Amino acid sequence: MKKTQTQVDHSNPVISIRGLKKAFEDYAVLRGIDLDLYQGENLVVLGRSGTGKSVLIKIISGLLKPDAGEITVLGHNMETITEKELQDLRVRIGFSFQNSALYDSMTVRKNLEFPLVRNRKGITRAEINTAVETVLDAVGLSQTINQMPAELSGGQRKRIGIARTLILNPEVMLYDEPTAGLDPITCIEINDLINEVQQRYNTSSIIITHDLTCAKQTGDRIAMLLDGQFQRTGTFDEVFDTDDSRVKPFFDYNFIH
Amino acid sequence: MDTAESATTVKKNSKFKQSLINFFTDLYKINQFILRFFREAFVPPFELKEIVRQCFEVGVRSFTLISVTGFIVGVIFTKQSRPSLSEFGAQSWLPSLVSIAIMRALAPLVTALIASGKVGSSIGAELGSMRVTEQIDAMEVSGTKPFKFLVCTRVLATTLTIPILSTYTGLIAILGGYLNVSQNEGTSWSTFIQQVFEPLTFVDFVASLIKSIVFGFTIGIVGCYQGYNSTKGTEGVGKAANGAVVTAMFLVFIEEVIIVQITSWFR
Repeated sequence: MKKTQTQVDHSNPVISIRGLKKAFEDYAVLRGIDLDLYQGENLVVLGRSGTGKSVLIKIISGLLKPDAGEITVLGHNMETITEKELQDLRVRIGFSFQNSALYDSMTVRKNLEFPLVRNRKGITRAEINTAVETVLDAVGLSQTINQMPAELSGGQRKRIGIARTLILNPEVMLYDEPTAGLDPITCIEINDLINEVQQRYNTSSIIITHDLTCAKQTGDRIAMLLDGQFQRTGTFDEVFDTDDSRVKPFFDYNFIH
Repeated sequence: MDTAESATTVKKNSKFKQSLINFFTDLYKINQFILRFFREAFVPPFELKEIVRQCFEVGVRSFTLISVTGFIVGVIFTKQSRPSLSEFGAQSWLPSLVSIAIMRALAPLVTALIASGKVGSSIGAELGSMRVTEQIDAMEVSGTKPFKFLVCTRVLATTLTIPILSTYTGLIAILGGYLNVSQNEGTSWSTFIQQVFEPLTFVDFVASLIKSIVFGFTIGIVGCYQGYNSTKGTEGVGKAANGAVVTAMFLVFIEEVIIVQITSWFR
């Protein structure tokens, strides 16, 4: 499915990052990153494995602490944010994990109910049921409601993982390798779902991937992460219309021309 | 040769220094983990439903094994003690001896050791697996406090349930002892029970209870610490489960020695 043109508000960055640095022991993964994610935009962060793509979104969601730099997420400075504010902020951010991270001991229904029950005090059973059915319908997996995560396929797990984040109506979505380990057809279905989520829930998203098909189908803007910094940023065609020897092989090896 | 020897010595010293640093770093981390438990466990909102569920899990996981082991301990201890008492013609002291040994030491210790193996390893593996598969991170980013939901509930559950299981182990072991005594000496149930409770003092019951609470807390906190801080990969899950059992058992024995020493001052 071709991506529909989205309305991006360039005057309103929902995430703003300046001079972000992060190192693990002696290895500097992120070396001074600047980034803006605008309202309504799908930003794809491309890069080879181990370049710090996942580290970037883990820092944005507060799972990791940066060594240096200024990060503002939905108006909150991540350096000065209190624990309570961070908890409230996280409800406004959806995080889709690479391996879905579904709770093994709970059914699909319980997985979806879990964040809702804990973050919406006083919610009724009827409201919970409606919310669960709505998000399951949105990801096209209503029939799996009573299944355990172990009984689902890789693609289904990804969809349920996304549904679990959607149940809180997030303003920002962070996707960590959404198509990793999936067959090409399921990959396209997931890409379509990411675009549907953007349209239906009016989310701004950062999509971490090394899959160029995913990047091309979902990204309004692409940022190429190389050597701990964004080397090229722009539309898909702008990023890959280059003879840069560090960027070109990445495109060539993905075989989509 | 001298240079080679001095290089080896330097290497050994640096390895020792590193081990020492690691030891104190771990000690600091464990300390922080325990302090975090006390900071978060008794602050609302309380996860009562999850605590009850975990109590049930802990009880169910250990119930069968504890029943069988408690009974066997009672029978064996009585059987093994008889010849020594017979030498002095003191078989009639068997019920008292059994009750003192079981209530003061064996019941809490046997329960704790079994729970270390069954419950501790299970907690370590479960939380380790959740850490490795990013389920704990998923809880955190969805606005839930995973430490409170996963760690506090499990530690409270073991702390509350182990004393109940320990009391149950004691009763089952005494029952085992009674069956052996009644078979060999023909002692009646009422006489046996009277002799069982006669030598026990208030200090014995309190000490046994305190011991079980400490053991339960230890099993829970060690299992959770190992699992919650598990390193990435399936190897980490195995290490967490194994570390939970070994460390908890070791600490249970150390605590046993310390508590016995302290309670002996009150007798």
